[in-house]
Amino acid sequence: MDIDLIRTLVTVLALASFLGIVWWAYAPSRKARFERDANLVFDDAEASSSTVRGERK
Amino acid sequence: MSNDETYNYEVVRQFAVMTVVWGVVGMLVGVLIAAQLIWPELNFGVPWLSYGRLRPLHTNAVIFAFGGSALFATSYYIVQRTCHARLFSDGLAAFTFWGWQAIIVLAAVTLPLGYTSGKEYAELEWPVDLLIAVVWVSYAIVFFGTLYKRRIEHIYVANWFFGAFIITVALLHIVNSAAVPVSFWKSYSAYAGAQDAMIQWWYGHNAVGFFLTAGFLGMMYYFIPKQAGRPVYSYRLSVVHFWALIFTYMWAGPHHLHYTALPDWAQSIGMLFSLILLAPSWGGMINGMMTLSGSWHKLRDDPILKFLVVSLSFYGMSTFEGPMMSIKTVNALSHYTDWTIGHVHSGALGWVGLVSMGSLYYLVPRLFGRNEMYSMRLINVHFWVATVGIVLYIAAMWIAGVMQGLMWRAVSPDGTLTYTFVEGVKATYPFYAIRLLGGVLYFAGMLIMAWNVAKTIAASQPADAHIPAPAHA
Repeated sequence: MDIDLIRTLVTVLALASFLGIVWWAYAPSRKARFERDANLVFDDAEASSSTVRGERK
Repeated sequence: MSNDETYNYEVVRQFAVMTVVWGVVGMLVGVLIAAQLIWPELNFGVPWLSYGRLRPLHTNAVIFAFGGSALFATSYYIVQRTCHARLFSDGLAAFTFWGWQAIIVLAAVTLPLGYTSGKEYAELEWPVDLLIAVVWVSYAIVFFGTLYKRRIEHIYVANWFFGAFIITVALLHIVNSAAVPVSFWKSYSAYAGAQDAMIQWWYGHNAVGFFLTAGFLGMMYYFIPKQAGRPVYSYRLSVVHFWALIFTYMWAGPHHLHYTALPDWAQSIGMLFSLILLAPSWGGMINGMMTLSGSWHKLRDDPILKFLVVSLSFYGMSTFEGPMMSIKTVNALSHYTDWTIGHVHSGALGWVGLVSMGSLYYLVPRLFGRNEMYSMRLINVHFWVATVGIVLYIAAMWIAGVMQGLMWRAVSPDGTLTYTFVEGVKATYPFYAIRLLGGVLYFAGMLIMAWNVAKTIAASQPADAHIPAPAHA
């Protein structure tokens, strides 16, 4: 295959996959899960339950 | 109790402390070479202290020792806490710490001795390069191994940025460092001529894009939501701007080689992709800024949030300036002048530095079982000293750079150059003095931080947090 054809195809495929990602991210059906995912950082008990090192229970 | 019940904070603590230590060292060297530009005698006639040898030491120390340690510390912390899993291997994680420190010490010895491959941000000679490759692959194994054993289904966006940073830096380092050794401390690049230059700046610009941007965006996406107590403004925007950054950064390198032997079409592609980069860069900035919408009042009395949010403003500024400077006609004025130095430092001091410091101020108390740093007031002092320092630094370099560019291109009616080169140097002196003042302030801020961190650690004991029980899994 001609090298320039390969280059063209790769460029077009890259753009198409990026547009696919945009569609995937902004599809209304995924709105709720992304809101859940954004809150993932708060889904952990804070350092209140930390253990001082060396103090074995 | 077994290790599986707690996070591995040991390696995070080690890297966090060394971030502060190397920050002080790297910035001190920066202050010294800034002073050398005003008073060249400050090399004291010692070859090891000459400007040409200390400059790469400064860049390596602040980027890879300070920035690198900050990235290791935060990525190890974030990947554990967002995956609810202990690091993949404690032994390998410890190896990345000691290996990375050994590399830094080797750099601090070999660069002043004059051993260099002459590649910007990749000066270290081949034996050190091999060690870097081994440590970096271990880092990738620890990081991705932890992702693999995660107990949370979704991989949080910060980890995507850290993952991209780790993979890309491995690729960049291994390709750009390919060399033919002629002795233990001397090698020649595997590439020649314009190809060598292009590979170097493909590496160089992606070091900016992935080491100094993607990794620190990972910090931003964790610590801003945590400190502000609000989730990211738009998680979907974070997905889209992540992939936009990945797709475009790779092609921006040629803008470092405008008007050189690099083919014209390659220069134009570099310029075009640099312009496109504005969109994903600002996507990240806007996403971080808007996370605060509705709670802007928190900025008033939370100095940590000030660090994080002002770092984003500098990120926005330098990612606007960068594409502008990549335009060939602008570059014809800015290239080889101190404008470039100003641009780099608005990104390095303003974005990378402030976001790392803000993240550490969040991190350090938690690693030592405290609620907050020893002194919140000193964090505020640090913030203002550093910010004033940055503004002085970059404003001086902007003026100096534009002035140099205009003086170098000025032509008299008879066709001769209006100014000799040395006249440009002479005109730059006052701006070098202002830059030094800015650098001293920024360095002073780092010393305040070191004091604050030392006092925090002295009054507490290392603490490892428990991994939450998998109730919701």
